[in-house]
Amino acid sequence: MTAASGRFRTPLSRARGLGAAKHGVGHFIAERVSGMVLIPLSIWAAFAGLKLAAGGYAMAVEWLAQPLNAVLLSLFIVAGFTHLRLAIQVVVEDYVYGFVSKSSLLILNYLVCVLGAALGVFAILKVALLGAF
Amino acid sequence: MVQLALPKNSRIGKGRHYPAPQGASRVKTFRIYRYDPEGTENPRWDTYDVDVGACGPMLLDVLIHIKNTVDPTLTFRRSCREGVCGSCAMNIGGRNTLACTHGWEDAPGAEIQVSPLPSQPVVKDLVPDLTLFYAQYASIEPWLHTETPEPQTEWKQSIEDRSKLDGLYECILCACCSTSCPSYWWNGEKYLGPATLLHAYRWLIDSRDEAAGARLDALEDPFKLYRCHTIMNCAQVCPKGLNPAKAIAEIKKLMVERVV
Ligand code: SF4
Ligand code: SF4
Ligand code: FES
Repeated sequence: MTAASGRFRTPLSRARGLGAAKHGVGHFIAERVSGMVLIPLSIWAAFAGLKLAAGGYAMAVEWLAQPLNAVLLSLFIVAGFTHLRLAIQVVVEDYVYGFVSKSSLLILNYLVCVLGAALGVFAILKVALLGAF
Repeated sequence: MVQLALPKNSRIGKGRHYPAPQGASRVKTFRIYRYDPEGTENPRWDTYDVDVGACGPMLLDVLIHIKNTVDPTLTFRRSCREGVCGSCAMNIGGRNTLACTHGWEDAPGAEIQVSPLPSQPVVKDLVPDLTLFYAQYASIEPWLHTETPEPQTEWKQSIEDRSKLDGLYECILCACCSTSCPSYWWNGEKYLGPATLLHAYRWLIDSRDEAAGARLDALEDPFKLYRCHTIMNCAQVCPKGLNPAKAIAEIKKLMVERVV
């Protein structure tokens, strides 16, 4: 970043940096909303997990084939990965310096979370719509 | 990545020991950070066995006593000696506070450790370089912004609106909060820090100010504002009992309010 270098920059110029990015509130809202949505969904998912652990494979397939369960579980996966992506982004921004390493990690974070969510939802849809093979 | 160890030339070595004078009535040991960036030596801890019976109750009294009677080279900053100017802020027994209002007996440990405010460059010994801190404060334009032609008398404010500035206007810019904030340690160049944000909020809610929108625009940034993760160190250490974390949370609320 060229604007950050230079021995004779004034302190005010350093403090202002490149100015405000004019975003951040979207991230703030998304992180909180996904967090709030996850509270009931996680409780539901934990109970469902306990129930499924007690039953067998066939019962799990049958459970997942029910529309309500498939939809709620998809929401849980999407909200979970959304929240995870936003949270990891904060950690990277906090602790990683340097434009290249920081932006590479942010992109990687995005891709891994999108992939995780896509695989999860695909698996649910496959079982719900086509049944297990 | 974040630097977890001090760079080589900042590692603190063992320094000199100054024993208590003969016939001292009550002795307490103080371990004080000494550094002269213009010299070639690394920083060091000097230990002073101080006759605390011969000086006042505050840590600043001890420092003045050392400077006057033991070691005139010890450098620190102070002015008002009553918690108003903010210049004697330093880290005492692991906690940022004002030396003039902090009794040394309240500091923990058999040896009381005294060092400059963390994470800032050192001018000498206990004097930090707060240039960037002050510039960050200046960057939020901490004065009344108006476009309406000035009234014949003063800009009026109701008692109720004036009371909204309580808990904010008392800040003395000592920098105890900002230099105790981990987010400020890691990203001090880009994150404005609790003190500056407390002032930003003070102007945002001033009923006489006409630039709230522009002020919010200048703050909406993943780093300038949103590096605050509500760790609350700032509110814990503020020697004036203020709560910068709350002010920052209020700014975040205003940000949300204008988009929903
Ligand atoms: S908020 Fe408190 S700790 Fe921070 S600069 Fe102001 S007086 Fe000092
Ligand atoms: S609440 Fe925010 S400003 Fe205060 S110490 Fe924590 S991160 Fe820093
Ligand atoms: S000397 Fe002024 S605040 Fe301590």
